[in-house]
Amino acid sequence: MVQWSAEEKQLITSIWGKVNVADCGAEALARLLIVYPWTQRFFASFGNLSSPTAILGNPMVRAHGKKGLTSFEEAVKNPDNIKKSFAELSKLHCEKLHVDPENFRLLGDILIVVLASHIGKDFTPASQAAWQKMVRVVAHALAHEYH
Amino acid sequence: MLTAEDKKLIQQAWEKAASHQEEFGAEALVRMFTAYPQTKTYFPHFDLSPGSDQIRGHGKKVLGALSNAVKNVDNLSQAMSELSNLHAYNLRVDPVNFKLLSQCIQVVLAVHMGKDYTPEVHAAFDKFLSAVSAVLAEKYR
Repeated sequence: MVQWSAEEKQLITSIWGKVNVADCGAEALARLLIVYPWTQRFFASFGNLSSPTAILGNPMVRAHGKKGLTSFEEAVKNPDNIKKSFAELSKLHCEKLHVDPENFRLLGDILIVVLASHIGKDFTPASQAAWQKMVRVVAHALAHEYH
Repeated sequence: MLTAEDKKLIQQAWEKAASHQEEFGAEALVRMFTAYPQTKTYFPHFDLSPGSDQIRGHGKKVLGALSNAVKNVDNLSQAMSELSNLHAYNLRVDPVNFKLLSQCIQVVLAVHMGKDYTPEVHAAFDKFLSAVSAVLAEKYR
């Protein structure tokens, strides 16, 4: 099981407290689609993804980004139980959505950059380290039920 | 591939980093050593405490090389040839680590540029750092 120090847990919740989930979630998904355009393959039904401006303004992207980051909250609140919390979502992403787990790693790194740009200097090296671990653990949990 | 627009965005954004090379370089290295402790294995000979002279010096070196890459973005292979040799024959850093440092460089830029680190600038830099990483690894075998 993943071990979290008291300091890591504190850094994670402290940064989460500064996050506007709707905005950061939307922005993270939009940036994923902009920085790694091949990820658009999963969102053919989302309408206009033809330019960064279109992607950033796309209401389906915003809604889905918010959804994604909202489910992240479970990991932040219960870091000792992440694998279990994400088991159903993992099955969904494998069996229904057919998403290569590499995409979870890409989205995690993008989320870190979004946090950095919103939070600035308070996103210290130690905060980044705790959050890189968090996104890695969540990505691993989302991939765990794949078969 | 880097478009003309990407190159313009990179050069514009880099102007903001240019006067902070030592500071940004050191910060990127500290972030990398903190978030990815395995990267410290390449620096057994360094004092790795934050603010150490060696980290500052090395950070300045790394960002200086990136500055050179930004200036020579149309000709990366040639401009970085010596560094490619160094990494292939001397340093032999596993290329997976270039991604880790690239992530930390992007975080430093995002921290200091805030909203100015737009999705377009982010995309251009991600491509640029990937291209630099590829050049650094191109003589490995």
